[in-house]
Amino acid sequence: MADDHILTTDGLTKEFAGFVAVRNVALRVRRHSIHALIGPNGAGKTTCFNLLTKFLRPTRGRILYNGRDITAERSADIARLGMVRSFQISAVFPHLTLLENVRIALQRTLGTSFHFWRSERSLDALNARAEELLDSVGLAQYRDLAAVELPYGRKRALEIATTLALDPEMMLLDEPMAGMGHEDIDKISELIRKVAARRTVLMVEHNLSVVAKLSDIITVMRRGEILAEGTYDTVSRNPEVIEAYMGTGHG
Amino acid sequence: MTWNRDMLAFLAFLALAIAAPAAVYPVFLMKVLCFALFACAFNLLVGYVGLLSFGHAMFFGGAAYISGHVVKVWGWPTELGILAGTACAALLGLVTGAIAIRRQGIYFAMVTLALAQMVFFFCLQANFTGGEDGIQAIPRRPLLGLLDIKNDLTFYYVVLAVFCAGFLVIYRTIHSPFGQVLKAIRENEPRAVSLGYRVDQYKLLAFVLSAALAGTAGATKAIVFQLASLTDVQWQMSGEVVLMTLVGGMGTVFGPIVGAGVIITMQNYLAGFGEWVLVIQGLIFVVVVLAFRRGVVGELMAWWRRRAGG
Repeated sequence: MADDHILTTDGLTKEFAGFVAVRNVALRVRRHSIHALIGPNGAGKTTCFNLLTKFLRPTRGRILYNGRDITAERSADIARLGMVRSFQISAVFPHLTLLENVRIALQRTLGTSFHFWRSERSLDALNARAEELLDSVGLAQYRDLAAVELPYGRKRALEIATTLALDPEMMLLDEPMAGMGHEDIDKISELIRKVAARRTVLMVEHNLSVVAKLSDIITVMRRGEILAEGTYDTVSRNPEVIEAYMGTGHG
Repeated sequence: MTWNRDMLAFLAFLALAIAAPAAVYPVFLMKVLCFALFACAFNLLVGYVGLLSFGHAMFFGGAAYISGHVVKVWGWPTELGILAGTACAALLGLVTGAIAIRRQGIYFAMVTLALAQMVFFFCLQANFTGGEDGIQAIPRRPLLGLLDIKNDLTFYYVVLAVFCAGFLVIYRTIHSPFGQVLKAIRENEPRAVSLGYRVDQYKLLAFVLSAALAGTAGATKAIVFQLASLTDVQWQMSGEVVLMTLVGGMGTVFGPIVGAGVIITMQNYLAGFGEWVLVIQGLIFVVVVLAFRRGVVGELMAWWRRRAGG
């Protein structure tokens, strides 16, 4: 059953000058599931994300992706293996058009990314695919707009389209709903559900109703450690989790 | 559409440059062109990758020494001299770039400055550079063994051709698949990484290209003035190219040309004021940073867009 898990960590630990941000985390992410990582502020969720995608180097521990040890890989290579992340602040290229934004993700496959002597028109071959991707998130009509001009929710949609361009096996979404209105939340939720059909999604999210609606499995973190794990129903009844969220009790 | 507009602007510039010797004396024009190429090469790095190098004089001045030496001492023809300067600048760019791109922002600038100072002291101490005297009386050998370039006017058109070649390389680089990745890195580096780009390799190639073309500019300048000296490698030269790019418009295609024109003209015509030129330059720098942050060309383009937008 081991290969039922696409991503596993063992004893994952990150210390910052004496402060332990992530302690001994053993994460098991099932293939084709939507897995949510929740917890109060400072629980180490984003640090965890940064460790998984190698934006931070773990102090101790091991990360296995598809059974392969990726603890020592570089960030860019993690993406090449099929694990692509998003960021808390919407990650678009603000002064490029929507089409160019998506095309950046597509163009690596052409193998001409170092060709400084070739015309950028050679990239037009990717336009059809880029438009298809924009269409899939409902942004096709804005293809020539600079990304900076989009409202926040649509930037997020663009970011997802760009991520999808890499056809990743696994997507890591860092607070995809942060700062969004109701309407956008519904739209992006729908989008995440749609793209998760053939993929694995691991997300950090504060909006618990989104988490409840979308996730198959939830890991609750507190002070850098895993507090509980399970479906929304089991986790939300766990007294320790309730305590962590309500902030009552000892301490 | 953008392409057409840029093309028109370039053709206008070309027409102006071809006609210019009728009004202005060629050595001055050649100086402007050399510095314009230098600033364009610098702008490729700061304007399109977001890397502020404070050591570009090492490529400009280093290449000047190399081309001066191989032409004067080894008797190489002019075109090979310029190519040798370019190649050495590229090589120096590869080595220094590999060290510098590991750092970002102000630290990148400091590392490039430190490396450029090392190159400066090497040039001061080494035998072939002639120390304080520099390499003087570099001969202007016939180009390709055919074209006599002792005449300033003839050589001016050669320098114009060199400039155009360099400028077109930069223009193409900006508008290439590689240039697209560079823009993505400038706009949002972590995102470019998360999309699978090993950004250090892209930065390094951009750094080498920028260094090589700065070298072309320096090597050509050495042949123009028949002189390679410490002025070309010292840190003030690195500062000057920053100033030119800023005044003209960082990240605009034509800005550095305008900036180089403005600064060189000032230095030439205000030369009578002696050291005061530096004070005036400093003032201009302050004014640009405070009031025209986009530079001459940048402000013009913004004004044009505002007008077009209504």
